[in-house]
Parts: sequence; structure tokens; C-alpha cells
Amino acid sequence: MTPMEVVDPVAATGLFGYAWLMIALPALGALLLLVFGRWIEKIGPYLAVLLIAGSFVVALLLFLQQLGSPADQRAVSVPLYTWFATGSWQIDVGLLVDQLSILFALLITGVGGLIHVYSLGYMAHDERRRRFFGYLNLFVAAMLTLVLADNYLVLFVGWEGVGLASYLLIGFWQHKPSAAAAAKKAFVMNRVGDFGMILAISTMLAMFGSSAFVDVNHGAPLLEGPWATVIGLLLLLGACGKSAQVPLQAWLLDAMEGPTPVSALIHAATMVTAGVYLVVRSHAIFDLSPDAQAAVVIVGTVTLLAGAWIGTAKDDIKKVLAGSTMSQIGYMMLAAGIGPAGYAFAIFHLLTHGAFKANMFLGAGSVMHGMNDDVDMRHYGALAKYLPLTFWTFGAGYLAIIGFPLTAGYFSKDHIIEAAFARSPLVGSLALLGAGVTAFYMTRLMLMTFGGRKRWVDGVHPHESPAVMTVPLIVLGALSLVAGAVMNSWIQGWLEPATGGHPHEVSLLPTVVGWATMIVVAAGVLVAWLVFGRRPIPAQAPAGNAITVAGRNDLFGDALNDALVVQPVMGMSRAAVANDARTIEGFVHTLSTGIAGFSVVGRGTQTGYVRSYALTMVLGVVAIGVVVILGLGG
Amino acid sequence: MIDHYLYLAVILFVIGALGVMIRRNALVAFMSVELMLNAANLALVAFAFQHGKLDGQVASFFVMVVAAAEVVVGLGIIVSIYKTRRSTSVDNANLLNR
Repeated sequence: MTPMEVVDPVAATGLFGYAWLMIALPALGALLLLVFGRWIEKIGPYLAVLLIAGSFVVALLLFLQQLGSPADQRAVSVPLYTWFATGSWQIDVGLLVDQLSILFALLITGVGGLIHVYSLGYMAHDERRRRFFGYLNLFVAAMLTLVLADNYLVLFVGWEGVGLASYLLIGFWQHKPSAAAAAKKAFVMNRVGDFGMILAISTMLAMFGSSAFVDVNHGAPLLEGPWATVIGLLLLLGACGKSAQVPLQAWLLDAMEGPTPVSALIHAATMVTAGVYLVVRSHAIFDLSPDAQAAVVIVGTVTLLAGAWIGTAKDDIKKVLAGSTMSQIGYMMLAAGIGPAGYAFAIFHLLTHGAFKANMFLGAGSVMHGMNDDVDMRHYGALAKYLPLTFWTFGAGYLAIIGFPLTAGYFSKDHIIEAAFARSPLVGSLALLGAGVTAFYMTRLMLMTFGGRKRWVDGVHPHESPAVMTVPLIVLGALSLVAGAVMNSWIQGWLEPATGGHPHEVSLLPTVVGWATMIVVAAGVLVAWLVFGRRPIPAQAPAGNAITVAGRNDLFGDALNDALVVQPVMGMSRAAVANDARTIEGFVHTLSTGIAGFSVVGRGTQTGYVRSYALTMVLGVVAIGVVVILGLGG
Repeated sequence: MIDHYLYLAVILFVIGALGVMIRRNALVAFMSVELMLNAANLALVAFAFQHGKLDGQVASFFVMVVAAAEVVVGLGIIVSIYKTRRSTSVDNANLLNR
């Protein structure tokens, strides 16, 4: 393995000194809304939107500045202050604004801002919406901390921050027991991943004496033995938790209990991509360990198929999209595991996915808005005529995700499949299969929601959403169509200094793999149309075969967790309780019973009669006298 | 010579000890305690006389002072017990045994 050249960030000058504003603005919003909220109940939500917009403007200005700089001046480090210094460790808090993090900052503030605007309409009638916007701001601030940090420990602060915000937002409708349970489940399963993160960061501190990206990148090539693999696998565990990858995938489907804008912002566009960011950001580690890379590829491939499988079986529109999110993030992981050839494609797909998946989630929210919050697609049908704007924007997202030529997904996903074929024909074929299944379930979703006949329940009168909701849809729909073509030939060169890959030649004309992908996708669409487009869809879900049943039950992920983790732990705790009750308490009880019995005997001598005490004393004195006089004491 | 003093002291002490152990009346028990103290005094003085030193006689004065103080406290206790319980029997004063 030849060590990669490491590009050090340059010191911050001019505008970059204000990079902290990106984080500070939404953090200020969260503080104002959550602490001083009562006085700004009315204007609070608008304030939140304004602050996110300000954050976006800062990110955009920095991005433009970077575009205008020479390539070796683009990565900028912005030291802020020293967090703590103890012994030989000094942890500095600073920001790293480089080619990778600025793209994330734009995605988070851009898509996040649109989702804030959309929420103004979606949450208009919720009496706790001021708090909702406070949580959204908190999330954005934490997520920006995660991607802008220049140090794994500071990244971890953001990592936990998004976990907290995600918990608060999934359980936002806390009066629903299912929402409260889903929030707890997400939090606990994320803890498992956080455990891996903590171990990874501790290992870095032990190995490099620092957790700053710069030190880790410089120190990684000097690692001995299996340490690179150890750190890589631990980071992968962390990434699995946050990005809902197998085996820590079960929380994402339940997380759909949260309000739909939350699903769009956190569980589709931004937070769940943190794992991909982590792997790409830690490329110095992964490049040194083919084993860890292979693990990333396996996790990504398994998840992309599992997510797609679940997506085909669900009737709940949000859960189909959740399965699809899992699947698409699986693609990103797969690309990130391929190594330098894949990093740029992982980020490329992440960005386009952020746009089109947020678009579709918000579209699903718009549909639910019109259908009295019903999420069952079997109660939809023929909505294209009643929700035209939602239909057209959703359609744009649909074309993007299945990879219709020249839309966003066409570019980003094809590159990943090509890279997968270059890595190994098996992984490539599975990724290709996933693309076909994606086309199948998304076509099914479109046909069940917008096509066919009405299957509405009584009293439902679908209506188009207000402009405050449809404008973000239109913007995101437009991005879904053009983002891929805009970034296609640019992103690899842009990311090269940050990820160390060397640009491949990409063309607008499809390659052999590209043609194959198109054929598989077309087959998926055709099969879906044959099954769901030609005959009416039953309002009751049919029993289905084993494959469908497995998909409906999330591939028995919960049952597996229960059998493999919950039951053994419960068994262990029961054994501990039994041990405590029998062995330990038994010993103590025997001891105390013995002492109590002894004291009953001893109490007999205490008669309470003064004269008997006097007798005892006299006998005692006589006994002592006898001993003294006879000289028995020696 | 000293033997006679000591025999008397032993007899007085045994009478006192038997009195404390046998008699129920608190006043009698109290007087028996005084008898034992004075038996001890007698022994102290006898030894002091034999050895020709003053230590034993001084000690017997201390015993008398302590005995006088003890009488003040003891009689007070007996009187207050008699006031509440209308009895000076030491066997009846056994509340702490309950």
C-alpha cells in the first residue's frame, strides 16, 4: 500500500473566519425557540426559517469563495478554541471547511431550509409547532457540527446531537405510544453504533495521541498490524447505527412515526447519510485496510437488497420510502467501501438522493395532508388529477430514483454500479438487481398512489397543498431532474483533494453497464405495471407469499434482535436476580437469623431484677478473688 | 491484731452483700450498700494502721465523701420512684425489661 499524499488545510482568511456562523445561527434559533419560546410563539417558526436561510447564505458564500480559489487553497481550517488539555492530550475545537464538508453544509442548509419552509404549512395547525421548529434548528446545528468538525471528538458531539434531535422529533407526537416507542428504539439502537464510535475514537487517541483529522490522516500510514482494520470496523459499526445499515437497520422503519418533514430531513436527506460521510472522511484509515473496506462493501450490498425487499412489500407510503432510503444508503456505503474510485460517487449519490428523496417524502406528506393523514396506499388511487403539483414533483423524484436517463439518479447510481462491477462481478450484479427492484417498488408506489381507481375511505376530499408546501416541492423536483447532469463531470475533480481519488473519465453516453442498468430498470417498471397497473388493486392487502410476508415484517429484523439480543440479556438479568435472591440474600438471611436466635438466648440473662444483677456481680467478684488468691492468673 | 479488724470487715461486707441480694425493699438494700462501703473503709484504715502510713485513711475519707453524695442521689431516686409507683420494692422497678 503506498501512503496517499495528504493535503493539509490552509489557515482561514477573510470570509472563512465566519464559518462558525453556519452552526451558530441555527443553534441560536434552537436556544431562542426552546428557552425563550413563550414570548415568540407566533413568530418563532418564521425566525427559525430565517436563521436557516442565513446559514445557507453563509455556506453559499464560502462555497463560491472556494470555487474561486486555486485547488490547493480550498481546504480551510478554522481553529476556534481549545476544548480541554489534559496530560499529553489537547483537544481543540475547530472547523474544517473543505470540498467535502462544504457540499454537506449546502445540502443540510439548502434542503433543510426548504423543509423548514414546507413545515410552515405542514405543521400550521399543530399547537406545539414553535417547539417543533426549535428541534429542527437544533438538528441542523448538530448536523453542521458533525460535518464541519475538524476532529473526531467534536464530530462525535454533533453525532450525539443529531441522535438527540432525531429522538425528540421521532417522538414529537408523544401522545401516541407508538411514536414514543419508536423514538426510544431509534435512540437505543443508535447507542450500539455510538459504542463503536467511542471505541474507535479512543483507539485513535491511544494510537495517534490526537483525534484531529490532520493527525489521523498523517498517522494512519504508520499504523502497525491490524489496527487500521480495528479502527475501520469500529467506525463501520458507528456508521451502521446512524445510517440504518444491516444489522442496525430496524429503527429506521419505525422512525416514520415522526412528522413527515422530519422523515424527509433526518431520515432521508441528511442524518442517515452521516455514516457515509464518516466512512469517506476516514478514507485514510479505510484505504489501508482491505478487510474493513470489504466489510463496508458487504454491509452496503446486503442493506441495499434488504431495503429494496422491504420497500416492495409495504403498503404504508412512508415505509416504502424508508425501505428505499435504506437501500439507497446501501448503494452509498457500497461505493464508499470500494475505495478511492468510489468516494466521489458515494457523495454524488448522497447529494442527488438528498434532493430526490426529500422531494418524495415531502410529496408523501402532501398526499397525506390531502388524505386526512392516511398513510395506507391501498386507500389512495387516482390522485394524479386531484393533486397535480404533488404528482408532477413526485414524478420527478420517481424518475430520478429509478435512474431514468439524464435525471439525477441516472448519473449517480450508474457510476456506483459500474464501480461495483469493477470491484467484483458478484457485487456488481447484486447492485444491478437492486436497481431493478428499486424500479419495481417505486413504480408500484406511483401506480397505487396516483394511478388506478379511487379506493378512498369515506369522508376524504383530497386537495392540493398550499403554496408554502408546493414551492419547496417544485424546487426539489427541479433539482431531482437536473442536479445529476450539473455535477456529473465536475464532482470527481472537486472532491479529489479531500478524498484522494483520481477522476475517472465519465461520459454522458451510457457504457455497457449503463445499458444493462437501463434494461433491468425497464424490466422492473414493466413487471410492476403488469402486476399493479393493469388490474384494480384490492383495498385489503392479499395474504401474499413468503417473500411478501417477510418484507412486510421488515425481514423479521425485530424478531431477530429479540432472539439474539433482547432474550439473552433478559435471561442473564433473570439469572442475576435469581442469584441475588438465593445465594446472596440466602447467606445474609442465614447470618441474621443466627444472630437473632443467639440474642434470644442472651436476653434470658437480662431479667430486669436488680438483685439478680447484684448476685451476678458478687459471683463475679468471688470468681476473680478465687483466681487472684490461688494465683491461677500466673 | 489486724486479723480481728479484717474478720469484722469481712463479716460486715458479707452481711451487706447478702442484704442487697435478698431484701426487696430499696431502702434496706441501700443501707446494705452503706454497710459494704464501711466494711471496705474498716479494712483500709486497718491496713493503714498496720503499715504506719496515711494513704488508707485518706482513701477512706474519699469513700465517705462519695458515699454521702451517693446517698443524696440514691435517696432522691428512691423517693421519686415511691411517689410514682407507691412502692419501694426493687423488683417492681423493672420497666426497662418490658
